[in-house]
Amino acid sequence: MTFALLIEALGIAPNASQHGYTIDSMLEMLHWFMLILFVGWGSFFAYTLWRFHHKKSPKANYVGATSHLPTKLEGGVLVLEVILLMAFAAPIWASRVASWPSGPDVIHVRAVGEQFLWNFQYSGADGKFGRLDIHLISPSNSLGIDRTDPDAFDDVVTRGEMHVPIDHPIVVDVMSKDVIHDFCIPNMRVAQDAIPGSSIPTWFVPVKAGTYEIVCAQLCGNGHSSMKATLVVESESAYRKWFDQMAKLSGAKVIDGQPVTP
Amino acid sequence: MDDLPPSAEVSAAPTHVPPAQGHGEGHGDGHGGHDDHGHEHHELGFIRTYLFSTDHKTIGIQYLIAGLILLFFGFCLMLLMRWQLAFPGQALTWANAHNHIMYQVKEVCYHLGLCRMPTTPLPVPPDPNDPPLLQIIFGDAQMPGGIMTPDFYNTLGAMHGTIMVFFGIVPVAFAAFGNFVMPLQIGTVDMAFPRLNLGSIVLFAISAILMLGSFFVPGGAAKSGWTSYTPLASISDQPQMVVPYVLSIFHVIPLWLTFMPSGAAPGNGLHLPGLQVAADGLHLFRLHVASWHAGHSFQWPMWLTGQSVWIIAMAFNITSSLLSSVNFITTIVQLRAKGLNWMRLPFFVWTQFMTAFLLLLAFPPLEAAALMQLMDRLAGSSLFSPTGLVVNGTPLINGGGGSPLLWQHLFWFLGHPEVYVLILPGLGIIAEVVANNARKPLWGYNQMVYGLFALGFLSMVVWAHHMYLTGMGTAISAYFQLVTIIISVPTILILSSLIISLWGGSIRFTSPMLWATAFLPLFGIGGLTGIPLAFNAPDTFLHDSYYIIAHFHYVIAPGTIFALFAGVHYWYPKATGRMMSEFWNKVHFWPTMILMNCVFFPMFLQGMAGMHRRMYDGGATYEILNQNVLHWNVFISEAAWLMGLAQIPFIINFCFSWKYGRKVSDNPWEATTLEWSAPSPPPHGNFLKPIVVYRGPYEYSVPGDSTDYTPQDQPPSHGPIPISGPFPAEERAIGIPHLH
Amino acid sequence: MEIPYTFTARPDTGLYNGKLGIWLFLASEVMLFGALFTSYLFMRLGADPGTWPTHIQSIPLGFTNTCILLFSSITMVYAWVALKERKFNQFRVWLVITILCGFVFLYIKGTEYYSKYIHYGVLIKAEDFDKYSGEFKKADVMVNEIPTQGVFEIRGHWENKTDKNATYYSIIPDKNFHPIGYQPPPGETAPSGDEEQTFKIDKADVERFGNLLPNYGTYYAIYFTVTGLHAMHIIGGCVVMLYFLILGSKLYRRNPEQFANRIEVTGIFWHFVDLVWITVFPILYLT
Repeated sequence: MTFALLIEALGIAPNASQHGYTIDSMLEMLHWFMLILFVGWGSFFAYTLWRFHHKKSPKANYVGATSHLPTKLEGGVLVLEVILLMAFAAPIWASRVASWPSGPDVIHVRAVGEQFLWNFQYSGADGKFGRLDIHLISPSNSLGIDRTDPDAFDDVVTRGEMHVPIDHPIVVDVMSKDVIHDFCIPNMRVAQDAIPGSSIPTWFVPVKAGTYEIVCAQLCGNGHSSMKATLVVESESAYRKWFDQMAKLSGAKVIDGQPVTP
Repeated sequence: MDDLPPSAEVSAAPTHVPPAQGHGEGHGDGHGGHDDHGHEHHELGFIRTYLFSTDHKTIGIQYLIAGLILLFFGFCLMLLMRWQLAFPGQALTWANAHNHIMYQVKEVCYHLGLCRMPTTPLPVPPDPNDPPLLQIIFGDAQMPGGIMTPDFYNTLGAMHGTIMVFFGIVPVAFAAFGNFVMPLQIGTVDMAFPRLNLGSIVLFAISAILMLGSFFVPGGAAKSGWTSYTPLASISDQPQMVVPYVLSIFHVIPLWLTFMPSGAAPGNGLHLPGLQVAADGLHLFRLHVASWHAGHSFQWPMWLTGQSVWIIAMAFNITSSLLSSVNFITTIVQLRAKGLNWMRLPFFVWTQFMTAFLLLLAFPPLEAAALMQLMDRLAGSSLFSPTGLVVNGTPLINGGGGSPLLWQHLFWFLGHPEVYVLILPGLGIIAEVVANNARKPLWGYNQMVYGLFALGFLSMVVWAHHMYLTGMGTAISAYFQLVTIIISVPTILILSSLIISLWGGSIRFTSPMLWATAFLPLFGIGGLTGIPLAFNAPDTFLHDSYYIIAHFHYVIAPGTIFALFAGVHYWYPKATGRMMSEFWNKVHFWPTMILMNCVFFPMFLQGMAGMHRRMYDGGATYEILNQNVLHWNVFISEAAWLMGLAQIPFIINFCFSWKYGRKVSDNPWEATTLEWSAPSPPPHGNFLKPIVVYRGPYEYSVPGDSTDYTPQDQPPSHGPIPISGPFPAEERAIGIPHLH
Repeated sequence: MEIPYTFTARPDTGLYNGKLGIWLFLASEVMLFGALFTSYLFMRLGADPGTWPTHIQSIPLGFTNTCILLFSSITMVYAWVALKERKFNQFRVWLVITILCGFVFLYIKGTEYYSKYIHYGVLIKAEDFDKYSGEFKKADVMVNEIPTQGVFEIRGHWENKTDKNATYYSIIPDKNFHPIGYQPPPGETAPSGDEEQTFKIDKADVERFGNLLPNYGTYYAIYFTVTGLHAMHIIGGCVVMLYFLILGSKLYRRNPEQFANRIEVTGIFWHFVDLVWITVFPILYLT
């Protein structure tokens, strides 16, 4: 746990991911920084207005302030900002985009945005996504999965709902079929633009079970406001059960979360 | 307030020779452009004087009035959106509005203990036989029965942004004040290219008419956000390929192509391929005409829809700004009065100089991008669309191979300098007002000027911090974060210089100073809340949330717009010879200031909770995330509507003072800069005598002087000029004869 | 009232207003074309393999246009020099030559546009391409493979455009590009030369078909955008020069120095338009 007094007072959305605490502590520090600067600045300003009101100070002083303190303060602000960048922002970002979770317990999901819905393609136990072909897209195959592809037979597709097991690293490849969307889970401190034509990964480790909302955070047309998806973080057994159910619905060959050779 | 200088009524400027004729009288319509001061001048008709004048003051006032009207119009678009956000899906009819007003009044009474808690009013369904006003204005495709469609909501959002930024603030802050004040402050007769100046405002008028007219084209105006991100923008509003049209432009009856030897028809010397192309285009045109005739009514050419009109209007707007900035820079470089060397320029002129450079260099990439998006929409190209798009379940047939991110790069390459285009003139106005009302020189004038240059340069290299979520590597994002925090240094420098300038002063709270006093802390909030957004990791959480909305509105609304109000009050006596009412200013100022915070501060809370922007239902879909902050929507909307009402005193004050305001001398604020040495309103040609500058811009309370201000053009009374602040003591007039 | 320094230079800057103005305007033009060239780079670097055509433009025509513009820049300078020497008739001759150069440039540009209009690209589905590949190879037809889209592309002239009921496209395809002195690799026959051969391609086998206009591919889009904008600059320059040619003598009689300055400013613009073409030519024609 971290110290998050100020941002909690501002009503920040509760964090439910592992890396989210680093972002929260940085937000907390920045808000204290802003608050101190504003209060310091503001009280100097208010005092000046009162002290040098023309009734109290009928004759202005041509020279004015002679102190070099402002220059030093400004230098201090810059140094603090650079420290914040070097010690916090850059390492956090590096951990987000340069070090990817790996291992058998990683869940690979593709989040494919379309107007106005999120599709989720689970790679299944083989950890590989099947081929997508836009010519195969139909009402029953919204992503155009090529089921003849050996990587595709255990792929599971769901629409609008994403389940993940708790404490597992989740790698999400964010894609789009039409326009730019943004795959944003405020509670997981994750946001990634879905740029058509490219697949951009992002990751998180959910540490609190519960139901969260996935927001489309980039204007994508007239249904933008209703492009909500649900993220359910649950125990591993509940996740397995849900996965099998979804596999049945989407025609994948999976039993108890494990692929069955066709 | 009794803060007006006691000598405001007398002609204060000691160097100013009072004109023989009574200026400032009988100019009820108030355009300073033309006067009966006795230079050689020929009578111009009404049109040349007021509509198509080349006088910089008339053009400035035209920009001001057009810009203020468009600002208010853009604000009204937001007021419509706020209805939808507060009461999603309810018809915007008088019956509903009345119910909500009565409910609020009763609720206040309940809190005062006067009545029981009222019940929430039920929405009144629209009456099909009695269409509400908004349906009549915007048509039943956009406001059926007074209920806003999602597309129309997006339209309002896009147009609010576009109109406020490109048609409201830039015309007022840059074009209006720059045109009116800047040539006066550098002591010259007019802009360097007066006819080009007229061209700029004509182009601006065309662009504004197109932009406003686009509300009424079939399908409504642009609806993809003011950023017009592709591919959403390039597929919205049914783009249509008009290649035959485009070709018939390339080959307008290309007789010279007709006899070209054609590879397509070997052995046939008299093949007429060029005619065939032209005929294709003409045929399409004829089909259009025929369809108009068949329907006996004008049919809109369906390729000219909202987004396309947006692009075309923006192209005109950009061209107008480019011509203006060429004009401004040339004027500042070439036409400074004798003795007005660079470090004697008022800070406002410096900000205009830097703004003009930003517009000059940052706008063309957007023009190029607009051209490319127009190609995507009208010629069917796919510069901004990648291969393999599937829209509504059908693969989109196009060449593919484009890049959606290219648009964002080109857009934000303008977009970030644009932020400084919006704020720099505001800072310049505040600097003038602060120095004048603190009665002392600006603290750290030199550093402020250097800071301005740093700001101008850095603003061109930070654009991608608007694109942190597009998937950036560590190195690139570290670079953009670093320059973004470095850019905060000159900003803090200028802002803290302004605050420190007050130290040791003798502060008068005149109307402009009131706005400047509110500007400084509120702009500070806007600036400070930019810090979390500058860093990539916290931005992941805050990006595109209401936090951002609050941040940039704090910069622009209580920031720039308050500065604009300060400027209007400060230079009004120069433009009209009359003062705006201080009482009505206070009636305007206090509600606006308080309500502005009521509108924008709760948005920080909403953003923190994870509420995202551009939601048609105000975020009601996300009931878990927004459960604690959704109720603010109603509060914010009501504050915004009240703020709309709070602008009425300003409108009244502005219009009535023009004719009935208190008449004042040429230098009512007892200011030092050159514009106050001209008569009010200044005649054609501005000054009654050649201007020679002897000192820096803010020589207030100079020790040993009889008055607490020493105008720039007042000749030194005895001996050498006293060493004054950062300015060289010796009279280093540049030695150029001023041509009159 | 007179604006200072409209035709005399300000001593400390050494410039008259118009000259500073045009340089500033050109600075913005540099950013305009710079953005387009950057976009070109972006497109080219991001293009799928096989989708970025090379050797599609006629280098002789482009080279001729380059020479014409360079020559017109020289004549523009002569026009200005003639004015400086107060030889008005000589000035007119040079200016007419410059304007004519502009028109010739536009004519050649128009023929190039037209040749794109009558030139077609055929994207044949990879699974059906085997039917044609042997014949294409024999005839030395230029074939581009676009693996990411699963198609093969040929380009050529469409012969049966008027036959609306045809089930096939009748195409005279473009041949491979061979540099001068090309020798076929051992074991292959030499290219069949310039003779034209018509191929019939079933409409069912074709994924996409269209003339080489902006909607065909990003290369064509950026080509038409850049050269179209450049052509508009040429037209603008010609209009300004025509204005000075026809109505110029009035100002010349009143203030020859100011008139010479205006011609100088026009010339600076014209040189810039020339410079843009010198950048366009290598990036769109030679590479």
